[in-house]
Amino acid sequence: MAGTQVPMRLRPLHYFWATFRRQWRSDISTTFLTPVLYLASIGAGLGSFIKGGQVLASLGGEDYLSFVAPALLVTTAMQVAVSRSTYDVYGCKNWWSGAYRSMLAAPLSVGDIVTGHLAWVAARVGLASAFYLAVSAAFGAVHSPAAAADLVVGPVVGLAFAAPIIAYAITVRHEQPFVMIFRLVMVPLFLFSGTFFPLSQLPTGLRYIAYVLPLWHGVELSRGLYQGSLGAWPALGHLAYLVVVIAVGSMAASRTYRKELAP
Amino acid sequence: MTEPLVMARALVKRFGNFVAVDHIDFDVLPGEAFGFLGPNGAGKSSTMRMIGATSPRSGGELRVLGVEPDDYGPQVRARLGVVPQEDNLDTELSVSDNLYVYGRYFGIPRRQLRQRVAELLDFAQLAERAGDRVNDLSGGMKRRLTIARSLVNQPELLLLDEPTTGLDPQARHLLWDRLHRLKRSGVTLLVTTHYMEEAEQLCDRLVVMDRGRIAAMGSPRQLIERYVSREVVELRFDDEEAPAMASLVNGLAPHTEALADRLLLYTEDGDLTAQAVARRGLKPTNVLVRRASLEDVFLRLTGRQLVD
Ligand SMILES: Nc1ncnc2c1ncn2[C@@H]1O[C@H](COP(=O)(O)OP(=O)(O)OP(=O)(O)O)[C@@H](O)[C@H]1O
Ligand SMILES: [Mg+2]
Repeated sequence: MAGTQVPMRLRPLHYFWATFRRQWRSDISTTFLTPVLYLASIGAGLGSFIKGGQVLASLGGEDYLSFVAPALLVTTAMQVAVSRSTYDVYGCKNWWSGAYRSMLAAPLSVGDIVTGHLAWVAARVGLASAFYLAVSAAFGAVHSPAAAADLVVGPVVGLAFAAPIIAYAITVRHEQPFVMIFRLVMVPLFLFSGTFFPLSQLPTGLRYIAYVLPLWHGVELSRGLYQGSLGAWPALGHLAYLVVVIAVGSMAASRTYRKELAP
Repeated sequence: MTEPLVMARALVKRFGNFVAVDHIDFDVLPGEAFGFLGPNGAGKSSTMRMIGATSPRSGGELRVLGVEPDDYGPQVRARLGVVPQEDNLDTELSVSDNLYVYGRYFGIPRRQLRQRVAELLDFAQLAERAGDRVNDLSGGMKRRLTIARSLVNQPELLLLDEPTTGLDPQARHLLWDRLHRLKRSGVTLLVTTHYMEEAEQLCDRLVVMDRGRIAAMGSPRQLIERYVSREVVELRFDDEEAPAMASLVNGLAPHTEALADRLLLYTEDGDLTAQAVARRGLKPTNVLVRRASLEDVFLRLTGRQLVD
């Protein structure tokens, strides 16, 4: 490795890695414990409760755990991404931490800072997805090796949230709005994106809202991969949609970051 | 003719309609220590940020290390050291991680960087605190660390925005000593300050800045010679009656300034003037004869005091 240069846009990772090394124990336990608890309660509890043939037929024939587990991987991706792109951005920008300001005093550009932060979010989501995948396989919810592709789907979904959110988070002057993002965006999406029941159960109006927001696309991808039933065209469609959200979000972030960090 | 490291012509910085830096011209030559002296809000930091390529200029010309900082920000910053007015340390990281991570931003290879970090810890006299979190350092130690960190890339030009504000006199003298050492080793220094003593100690040349404009430029000695006399007699009065006394000292000195509680008489021979004051029968509570300073230059140029 000696002599190889890390590209500018990945150099912010030096900072994130240094902070992670100091606090990974507490971080990891929350990221990793939550999925185990969810899967245990749904698999052993709720799942054995929902055994009626009609219900299962509407879920696609699998057991309830197999229906929910792939969706929870994606909602976890969303949760990790949102927390890493709200409070972390606020922390990096403000006076008690000089993280962004010192990157900008070094040769990094505003664009490098945006890319670097998003790369860090993607890495953290990737880690959480890997763990989730392993746990759900242990619970017997994975039915196809294609599920390994969730190691990509997880970070892509995470970035589709992170990119627009960091564009906003850099502009806030205090932390309250983040609580609203959690309550008004994350919780409803968590409940109504086809996670716990098929979208067909929703009234048409709500269904279209779910189509527009990123989470449902991720849930569809992940569920198809877990069951090995994902078609190429739907897969491309969902991915393309998520990539567009990421691209638009990143461009917005470059603008708002420039305005805030280099006035 | 050596090419200036920084060249500004009619440089302007606006925030909305507000003009923070108003058509200023100056050159910074290689190897010199150049100062910006001015009160709060004069536009010192705004100027430094434009030179440091983290704030686009709104008008005029600016060249840093031979190029436009707005177009070549990362290239310029790779060769600069920047000590901002507010510390930008990574407070939750350790002292040595701060130096290490920052060095990695510059792409310094690991092995070389580790050695550099050890040198800088010595330079900042923080080797014993290497493993401590930055949060736990005193203000002076943080400032020393910020300065050490700005040297990680061995910059040709060092921008110091109020390097010693908030430090006690001992810490300040230690820092001045460090900066003198850097200057001797050939680093060009650009310093902002509102301490005249700092400007006199550190700067070969300086500009006096006020409300976005340059009021005067020269060496500390030249400025004092040009704008004020050699000595000053300070007459202190109780109860803000100094302005009322101003007419009573008419003719005693070539130039007088009346502050709320003091009269300043600018003169070539302070003792003689003090005697003349006594002969007039004035009864100030305190009489002080001292050498004129940059503070007096500033007062003369702007009619206001530097540190309020
Ligand atoms: N980002 C900004 N947005 C709006 N106004 C600004 C901004 N930065 C600085 N200003 C204004 O520009 C003027 C000059 O500020 P600047 O920080 O350059 O002064 P200074 O000489 O460094 O003062 P001080 O000694 O207090 O540090 C001030 O009136 C300040 O309010
Ligand atoms: Mg300032």
